Amino acid sequence: MTVRNPLGIGALLLAACALSLAVGTKNIPVTTVFDALTAFDPDRVDHLIVTERRVPRTVAGLLVGAALGLAGTLIQGVTRNPLADPGIFGVNAGAALFVVLGIAVFGVTSLTGYVWFGFAGAAAASAVVYVIGSLGRGGASPLKLALTGAALTAALSSLQSAVLLTDPATHDRFRFWQVGTLAGRDPEVVGQALPFLAAGIAGALLLGKVLNGLSLGDDVARSFGQNTTADRVWCGLAVVVLAGAATALAGPITFLGLAVPHLARMLAGPDYRRILPLSMLIAPVLLLVADVLGRVAARPGEVQAGVVTALLGAPVLVVLVRRRKPARL
Amino acid sequence: MTRATTPTAAGRNSGATSDDVALVSHARRRERARAITVATGLALAVTAMLLAALAVGDFRIGIPDLLARLTGQQVGALQPRIDYVLFDLRLPRAVTGILVGIAFGLAGSLFQRLLRNPLASPDVLGVSAGASAAAVLAIVAFGASGFAVSAGAFTGAVAASALIYALAWQRGISGYRLVLIGIGVNAALLAAVSFLMTRADMTDAQQALLWRTGSLYDSSWDHVTALLGCLAVLVPAALLLARALPRLQLGDDSARGLGLPVERTRLALLLVATGLIGVGTAAAGPVAFVAFLSGPIASRLLGGARPGVAVAALVGALVTLSSDFAAQHLFGDQQFPVGVVTGAVGAPYLLWLLAKSNHAGHGE
Repeated sequence: MTVRNPLGIGALLLAACALSLAVGTKNIPVTTVFDALTAFDPDRVDHLIVTERRVPRTVAGLLVGAALGLAGTLIQGVTRNPLADPGIFGVNAGAALFVVLGIAVFGVTSLTGYVWFGFAGAAAASAVVYVIGSLGRGGASPLKLALTGAALTAALSSLQSAVLLTDPATHDRFRFWQVGTLAGRDPEVVGQALPFLAAGIAGALLLGKVLNGLSLGDDVARSFGQNTTADRVWCGLAVVVLAGAATALAGPITFLGLAVPHLARMLAGPDYRRILPLSMLIAPVLLLVADVLGRVAARPGEVQAGVVTALLGAPVLVVLVRRRKPARL
Repeated sequence: MTRATTPTAAGRNSGATSDDVALVSHARRRERARAITVATGLALAVTAMLLAALAVGDFRIGIPDLLARLTGQQVGALQPRIDYVLFDLRLPRAVTGILVGIAFGLAGSLFQRLLRNPLASPDVLGVSAGASAAAVLAIVAFGASGFAVSAGAFTGAVAASALIYALAWQRGISGYRLVLIGIGVNAALLAAVSFLMTRADMTDAQQALLWRTGSLYDSSWDHVTALLGCLAVLVPAALLLARALPRLQLGDDSARGLGLPVERTRLALLLVATGLIGVGTAAAGPVAFVAFLSGPIASRLLGGARPGVAVAALVGALVTLSSDFAAQHLFGDQQFPVGVVTGAVGAPYLLWLLAKSNHAGHGE
């Protein structure tokens, strides 16, 4: 089976969506699922489960997956570091800290509330990372950005654990946000994040050529007339919008942004105009499959998608890394 | 100090004129002088921090009394109280802090330089995550505490390392493959930890969080003795092996060309670094970010000079010791475990160094 071309991955993605609609904690026959989508009857519980639970959840999975895959590819391209993930801009740490403060200080308890705190935290942290990373004579070099992001993440996580250690009640709520899951994302929450995600995805797909230039190194890129500073700002902005909104919606799902770009690079070669769309397709496949597995693995309970993604994705990454020579950045 | 001046092939190039040689050797001397200055400054700072940690607290010990007792002289009526606070409480804790800091700083910079990536510290590549997963499993699933958790942590670190190495082995190890497999293993292990945290009851979850943050609460002379015994072997080994790093950093082929047994050296370095992480984590938990921060801070303190791993070890000791001091005394009645503060102390310092650094892209 070849999954190298985007069509193959697209087919896999459709299959993953179908699975996500058809399989769940409650057994619902496929024909009923089909009926719910084509001839909806609000009086039937099974129909409601499909439209109110599984459809928004699948949409959330598609959006979050695509966003994280793209954000990861962008950030690895900008920092030219294979270890960079969207979290390297402080996105996850900022979002997590703000959510913790939201719970502890402002008494926020609902997902709709978390979304805004998460998003604000992600934006604030990444702005700080970018400003500090571009101080000094060299401007925002890849190394400085990566180190700044990691260092800020360290500082913010310290604050976060200080709050959690002194406030067990907040820790009790936070530990469930922290795993990252698609469960319980109703249409309202998805709707809140949708405009950001759609804009971010559209913007990211246009940045392939820019990344190709940056991957040659700053000097070469500049000699081709590229404004590397402005390019980094655009890429950074896209990462913040994508990863911030995705984290706000689903909690921190770190593995996708880290691993998917490597998978895409191995399949697509060095051209970012192919890597970006491929990442956008691969990441939701992994996320949706992980989510479905999480629903059936521990019935009647669920294993969170963030957990399954890492447990499932890690072996995939290992196998691919062993079978092919990993494409360097 | 490590000998940071191992001659490279280029230095011996017979085509170089005597002017070039003079220029290079002048630069080398300056690098060396700076390295010695930095190391001396750090050692003094660690000593000052140690004295502060021993003197300050609810029961304040004056510096004269402190120095007298440390050198074995009598100090009068308060002596029993001073001895209890000093020798039973503060000294083991401070010494544990220093030793753990050395272990993490050394291990972190070995990983970062071996893999030629400043982000590639053991807390990113799954070694610390292995320790965490094993320890959290022990706490949450088996209600373990104390020695059992430490043993679990050490085993976890070694097992994770072995797994990463085995998975990355393919007629030799490529650093890049090791890094990618490391992040995969790290992600899987952290997911397992998060999952365990959601399934634990609240008390266990809070205890596991405390352990994962890293603390020096349990320090005792038994800990210190065990730590000292392990580090007496590991630290000299690390410093000795680190002398091969400049050649390894040229890339595998060049290093082989210079007559270095690449695979064996790399395996030995990884073994020693893993041992250091395992021992440190067993004693204090995976104290947040010391392993990651020490190397970059050291290389920026040294400016253009070649970063020596010994300086990173000193940075690790200083960060851990001063963080523990801050965690005990800066927040009024509220005491925090050291791991809460390491990130808050070390990270802003690195950020400041990064912001004021004028040389783009220097260091590692």
